[in-house]
Amino acid sequence: MSFDSHLHNDNSGSTINEYLSFVLGDEHYALDIITVKEIRGYEPVTKIANAPPFIKGVINLRGDIVPIIDLRLKFDVGEATYNQFTIVIMLNVLDRIVGIVVDGVSDVVRLADDDIRPPPEFGVAFDSRYLRGLAAVDDNMVILVNIERLISSEELGLFEAKSGSDEE
Amino acid sequence: MSIDMEQFHAVFFDESQEHLDDMEQLLMELDLGDPDPEQLNSIFRAAHSIKGGSGIFGFDALTGLTHVMENLLDRARKGSMQLTVPVVDLFLQTVDLLKGILQAYRSDSALPEEAIAEGIQALEAVLNNENPPVANDEAEEDAGFGFFTDITPAESDNGDGSQPSEQQDEWEGFGFFEPVAEVQQKASEEQGYGFFEEPDPAKFNNEPQYGFHKPLDEIRQEAKYAAVQSEGPSTTGEAIPRREGQDNARVARQSTATKENTSIRVDTLKIDSMVNLVGELVITQSMLSMISEEVVGHCREKLQSAIAELQRNTREIQESVMSMRMLPINMTFNRFPRVVRDLSSKLGKKVELIIEGGATEIDKSMIEKLVDPLTHLVRNSIDHGIEKTDVRVEQGKSETGTVILRAEQKGSSIVISIIDDGAGLNRQRILSKASENGLPSDPGMLDKEVWQLIFQPGFSTAAEVTDVSGRGVGMDVVKRNIEEIGGRIEIESSAGKGSAFYIHLPLTLAIVDGMCVSIGEQIYVIPLVNILESLQPLAKQLKQIGNDSLLWIREQYWPLVKLYELMGVEGAIEQPTGAIVVLLESSKKRFGVQVDALLGQQQVVIKSLERHYRPVPGISGATIMGDGRVAMILDAESIADFANDRLIQE
Repeated sequence: MSFDSHLHNDNSGSTINEYLSFVLGDEHYALDIITVKEIRGYEPVTKIANAPPFIKGVINLRGDIVPIIDLRLKFDVGEATYNQFTIVIMLNVLDRIVGIVVDGVSDVVRLADDDIRPPPEFGVAFDSRYLRGLAAVDDNMVILVNIERLISSEELGLFEAKSGSDEE
Repeated sequence: MSIDMEQFHAVFFDESQEHLDDMEQLLMELDLGDPDPEQLNSIFRAAHSIKGGSGIFGFDALTGLTHVMENLLDRARKGSMQLTVPVVDLFLQTVDLLKGILQAYRSDSALPEEAIAEGIQALEAVLNNENPPVANDEAEEDAGFGFFTDITPAESDNGDGSQPSEQQDEWEGFGFFEPVAEVQQKASEEQGYGFFEEPDPAKFNNEPQYGFHKPLDEIRQEAKYAAVQSEGPSTTGEAIPRREGQDNARVARQSTATKENTSIRVDTLKIDSMVNLVGELVITQSMLSMISEEVVGHCREKLQSAIAELQRNTREIQESVMSMRMLPINMTFNRFPRVVRDLSSKLGKKVELIIEGGATEIDKSMIEKLVDPLTHLVRNSIDHGIEKTDVRVEQGKSETGTVILRAEQKGSSIVISIIDDGAGLNRQRILSKASENGLPSDPGMLDKEVWQLIFQPGFSTAAEVTDVSGRGVGMDVVKRNIEEIGGRIEIESSAGKGSAFYIHLPLTLAIVDGMCVSIGEQIYVIPLVNILESLQPLAKQLKQIGNDSLLWIREQYWPLVKLYELMGVEGAIEQPTGAIVVLLESSKKRFGVQVDALLGQQQVVIKSLERHYRPVPGISGATIMGDGRVAMILDAESIADFANDRLIQE
């Protein structure tokens, strides 16, 4: 993609942000690249007792014990296979590190706020609460995920209930 | 001037805080009938040091208040004023006020102007009542401020004969801010102190606020020295000879140096990062010992003995680093005599506070977090627990209630007890209050369960809300604070006899000796302190009662917890006779846990699961093994509860 390197305003005056787009099943998603800490291959995890299946376990990320969740299992899309091509996006959300397993990482896209359309009420795997909107990139529809809200949601149960997203 | 004043401010704030704490403690210890002159001197010097320092930095609110306080104190130490309980109270209030002002300066927030004015008025009222020999006092005040005005020693002799020694005494309180005149006149003394590179009077006069030209470290060191010296009992006596030459000064310094507490002030962040690094070192060391297993040939033995050496050293480093973080719990306990004194006089109760085990050492981070819960519990005990004097007499108790604050080490945990001989918890009132507030309760509940109700949010049984307790900050906050530092709280109570709160805290937060065990593919670490023994059970030792497995070992039944079931691990050995049973002891229960195999004993660094995830029942944390994999650390206490709950659910 051949945008110039300035991140701030374009001609119309609206902000441009960068998003990391990834694939889950047949759908293309994107999340705010600011929250991405790193992208790494899947490695064996240590299981956590009595955690739901989509919480794969924890890994040692340079001395930090970090949970790994598989969004494919959580939203029942794609095939949850683990091989040398399996990708984990390490996120830094609300001062915590969480790894998410996805089918693949595709690109970094730049979108202006104006390009983003409101999310549909249904039809995607994610609940609309966790969506920021839709955007067209090339010929694909990309679904923008509100990753902070998703990771801190009670549905995922990654955080203790009392430390909800609103409080942190 | 290019010196960053902020640095000096921080030192001043820290030192003033210490002075204030000292003052408070000394005031509390004062025997009013026959006050120890040395104690009075120490209090006076503390006040004086604050006044001087604040004057230099231009913290006028502090200067003004300490000035008046100092006048009063001075009269007290000279015996020209009788100390009474109200006066000591007033001093204590002033100390509080000073702390408030200090905090305000520190945080750059608004000063409590009104309170300051009132404080000064109250002190002045006492001062004027006593009708002092004014002239003498004024002279001394001048001396106190004298660093920047050019008082020569000759001038300062304008009072009575004792004046010079007093003045010297005061200067020593400051130590590092030599009066200009003094510097000019006494070159020899300057050598003794040696921290003014340019004793240039013009410069001093031009910039009186910045009276030092040396790096902070050195000033700090000198300040420390001066502070220590000013506490030495012999200071006044030695002050005059010291002026006469360097040698004498040196003698004086030596005599006080032996009393110096050889400590340095270190940022806790530095210690924390050291603890982390040592943690990484332990992991690396266990990596090495793992690799050494794979080495073959004659190198292997050499390598392993070297690694054993490394292990010993690492352990020692670890222990000394950990001990840096350990502080006597007295740091927390020392504030309570004051709390109890204030509260009991306010409530018209007679309370004696007994402190035991103040030397018990606990992690520094816990000390800070214990202050609030303990204060709350002690206040509660006095406000709600201890009865009014007449009630106590009626019930045949001694007039004075007793509150015991005790710390002791029990195995791997520290137990802090707050015990009172008051009325005890009121079962009936707790129950009715609970149902009023819609909390789940039923009259048939066990006492133990009833007591736990008071930890529910929004629970307060005080019939009338006093400003002592019941301000909305409830016991639920206490419980939460304690759980945050990995502790738990228990209550025992007996109507009419009193109640006891026990806070159990872990000894350290960072490293644990553990036994690594395997269950299926997973590795778990069991803290060594919980392990009694491990064995392979025989078929005849196994008993079954309903769904519960029991082990019959040495004439005792042990409940058997199958960890693979509890932790949901697949591929583990299910038959107990083919597995290993580790017998554990938690603070409440003894039981056996079934694992596949024992892998070996090692020290592990506890990493928080909650940092990026949430607490997991039965697990106290995680650690990183030698091969970089993560292993869970089992928590014997919660496994017992957890296993119990599951059995009940099933």
